[in-house]
Amino acid sequence: MKFGVVVFPGSNCDHDAYHVLKHILGRDTEFVWHGRTDLKGFDCVVLPGGFSYGDYLRPGAIARFSPVMEMVVDFARKGGFVVGICNGFQILTEAGLLPGVLMRNRTLKFICDYVHVRVETTSTPFTSRYRDGEVLRLPIAHADGNYFADEDTLKILEDEDRIVFRYSTPDGRIEDSSNPNGALRNIAGILNRERNVLGMMPHPERACEGILGSRDGLRFFESIIDAIEGRPFL
Amino acid sequence: MKARVFITLKKGVLDPQGKAILGALRSLGFDEVRDVRTGKLIELELEGSSRDEAEKRIEGMCERLLSNPVVEDYRIEVD
Repeated sequence: MKFGVVVFPGSNCDHDAYHVLKHILGRDTEFVWHGRTDLKGFDCVVLPGGFSYGDYLRPGAIARFSPVMEMVVDFARKGGFVVGICNGFQILTEAGLLPGVLMRNRTLKFICDYVHVRVETTSTPFTSRYRDGEVLRLPIAHADGNYFADEDTLKILEDEDRIVFRYSTPDGRIEDSSNPNGALRNIAGILNRERNVLGMMPHPERACEGILGSRDGLRFFESIIDAIEGRPFL
Repeated sequence: MKARVFITLKKGVLDPQGKAILGALRSLGFDEVRDVRTGKLIELELEGSSRDEAEKRIEGMCERLLSNPVVEDYRIEVD
């Protein structure tokens, strides 16, 4: 089993993801430079958080044309697991692997804080170790996390059970007051139709050790390991 | 040849920057301002002499990179 963590110029959560996969979970993990043009041998690829290409033009707009992204699209089409966290989520939407767009936070401010998210579905390779409706405490750190998609797309996401996380109160209520950035329907994370590509704004890789304030992210990565090992998640 | 591309948010897409500017203008006494929408101006310098050809190429640039068609519109001006 092998994980890849893509490194774009400006990625800054690549080492966090690598640390969790390699040192906490003890899995074979490799950094993948953005200029690389093959992903042979990988089971899961993580697009980490950061500010690829300085967020110039739009977050993710330039990174999506990195040579490695063509490989990531191909890898996803063949069923490989792809996770985009924060800037990684923005890149996945720009690349067309996930619908919608992450717009500027409604407050116009960069937010670095803990938030609560409710697990909306456990029928995914990324959340099978959680309970339906479970509330997680995860950090966010972004200026552009305000999820937007047209009404038709939102309906499809809901009908196909593709909304994975929503910003919630600590007791799991979905309210505007629990929405840090203005994301439509409090959306914090979504899946593609085939359920092998996930994008999310919160950072599970920064919530895997007690000393960092939360371990709620660990089961996210453990779920992926289960899926790679062939345990069913649907 | 020079060209300008104006990128604007689609109708109905919330523009929090525009709202902040609107609030600031009102606080300065410009009460007549009804709404503010922000956008981007991208100036291009191009080789070639055909305006039509340039416009077509710039359209391609807008579709592929310069705008995000989910939330943005674009308008092209070629000198």
